[in-house]
Amino acid sequence: MAYDKFDVLTSTAYPLPIENVDTDQIIPARFLKATERVGFGDNFFRDWRYNQDGTPKADFPLNKEIYAGSKILVGGKNFGSGSSREHAAWSVYDFGLRCVISSFFADIFRNNCLNVGVLPVQVSENFANTLFDAIMANPNTEIKVDLPKQTVTLVATGESESFEINTYKKDNMLNGFDDIDYLKNIEDEISLFAKTRPF
Amino acid sequence: MANTLFDKVWDAHVVRKVKEGPDVLFIDRHFIHEVTSPVAFLGLESRGNSVLYPEKTFATADHNTPTINQHLPVEDPLSANQLNALEENAKKYGISHWGLGDKNNGIVHVVGPENGITLPGATIVCGDSHTSTHGAFGAIAFGIGTSEVEMVLSTQCIMQPKPKSLRINVNGSLGVGVTPKDVALYIISKLSTSGATGYFVEYAGDVFKEMSMEGRMTVCNLSIEMGARGGMIAPDEKTYHYIKGRALAPKGEAWDKAMNYWQTLYTEDNAAFDAEVTFEASDIEPMITYGTNPGMGIGVTKSIPNSDDTDSGAKSYKKSLAYMNFDEGDAMLGKEIDFVFLGSCTNGRIEDFRAFCSIVEGRKKADNVTAWLVPGSHKVVDQIKEEGLDKIIENAGFVLREPGCSACLAMNDDKIPSGKLSVSTSNRNFEGRQGPGSRTLLASPLVAAASAVEGVVTDPRTILTA
Repeated sequence: MAYDKFDVLTSTAYPLPIENVDTDQIIPARFLKATERVGFGDNFFRDWRYNQDGTPKADFPLNKEIYAGSKILVGGKNFGSGSSREHAAWSVYDFGLRCVISSFFADIFRNNCLNVGVLPVQVSENFANTLFDAIMANPNTEIKVDLPKQTVTLVATGESESFEINTYKKDNMLNGFDDIDYLKNIEDEISLFAKTRPF
Repeated sequence: MANTLFDKVWDAHVVRKVKEGPDVLFIDRHFIHEVTSPVAFLGLESRGNSVLYPEKTFATADHNTPTINQHLPVEDPLSANQLNALEENAKKYGISHWGLGDKNNGIVHVVGPENGITLPGATIVCGDSHTSTHGAFGAIAFGIGTSEVEMVLSTQCIMQPKPKSLRINVNGSLGVGVTPKDVALYIISKLSTSGATGYFVEYAGDVFKEMSMEGRMTVCNLSIEMGARGGMIAPDEKTYHYIKGRALAPKGEAWDKAMNYWQTLYTEDNAAFDAEVTFEASDIEPMITYGTNPGMGIGVTKSIPNSDDTDSGAKSYKKSLAYMNFDEGDAMLGKEIDFVFLGSCTNGRIEDFRAFCSIVEGRKKADNVTAWLVPGSHKVVDQIKEEGLDKIIENAGFVLREPGCSACLAMNDDKIPSGKLSVSTSNRNFEGRQGPGSRTLLASPLVAAASAVEGVVTDPRTILTA
């Protein structure tokens, strides 16, 4: 309900080949004070994107004009570790990204992404390195993420790898549904179950 | 087939299994706080839903609250706005609310157990990754995102694939000065911050059997820092003793019935785990971190490893040390520090203050150190005073603040200034976690206390055994 459907996405990508990127980097805690879901894209990777005086750090990939407008981010291993703040996934979406590719995701971050319409695509370490190398060599490198076929492809060379996603979540992403839609439909079953709980 | 503790509790909460999808898991207890719940309530309202079981949700303010002058209006308008939203939403939907100044107020993972809300065999969630704390009671407890907070409010369920199981055994007995925090930091240093991703942990072995409930909470709290969704420990006499008589714990017949159930909550012999690791207690010494994730920890007497000897990529490792302004091979002992933080859902309980006081009693805070001592709840404050620890703290030149999450994540004014080095009993040493540019060394309350009186990173054993 809350996000656009995801089908096939072809886009250039921002490279961020750093391991263990935590959610405090993706969105620092001091930007969690909103009571509405607005403006999180502005503070996406705030302290890595901007100096303390507010000027942009020119060499940080998300600030480089050559990648501007990309819908995909390719991150290092163990992306999204740390806090459960969904604001991290919101900031990814609000920055304009629909897909994060990494060789390993932290659990809660992956879940949060799926709940807000960002597709986490886990690939092998080798393929992640292939993607990094290709983007570094040519920032116009396009990556095609095909959700129906569950494949990610380097458009120029045709190098491709498949990725896992459970059928239920895949259907949700394809249709723009979320878990609440599903759960509200089985509320009677939940109410019956609730009566059996001892406390 | 023999079942694990985790299987028993999980399977008892599955409303239905979705074909080629997650389980629909019923949630017994739901905690909310001011930071991750306002957007969930907005979502709820925009869909025209209500709160299905308001009596199963508990609200407390903790993340952005000030730790001085709590009787005055909150100065930061954004924080005040979130606190108001929590209070208004709780009132509107009939959810119990322990706001700022309430005698039951405190950090969500401290007040839940202390009021008897946390029970063995329960499923417990909260929009906070350290919800894993409650696993100390034999509950399945884990952190969720705001979409899931809305899910639980409106349907009392979340949708989760069942995680794989990992048993972590620590056998033998801990040496002098080695605390539950050190056990956890040691395990994380061995498994890395992603080593347990996809798993739910059961802690077993002599060390956890011997451990107090407070200690078990510290260990389970840090499960998320090795990537695990949560960690749990089978309930035993210590667990029942802790819970009995607490305000919201079952009473009378309900207690007897609960006890009958709780006594079935253990891992059966021959039950299979997807993975299992075993450590020896005698290998663990007081720990300290030197980098920018909790897996970068070493014994306090050790030197910072060379990048060639680490599992993480050399580039990321060097970036981390550069941020800390440390070099490979540096000794940790003797590094001059600027701040000490005692508190958080990891180490903000009465035992942590007792440990801190065991070191600072009769000594003085070093002049170069600014110390923030922040109890986890008002009940912890009361107990500190009851035991006379407040006098020890005061005589040693420290000041006791009011409860909250404080400098653990620096959402309030308790921010470590840029470049300053802090020894912190909290749970994360990420870049800027305690304030933009701040540098964090995670450690136990004993290491924090010893370092606070010496002004440099100090092995508490040199004081304890002197």
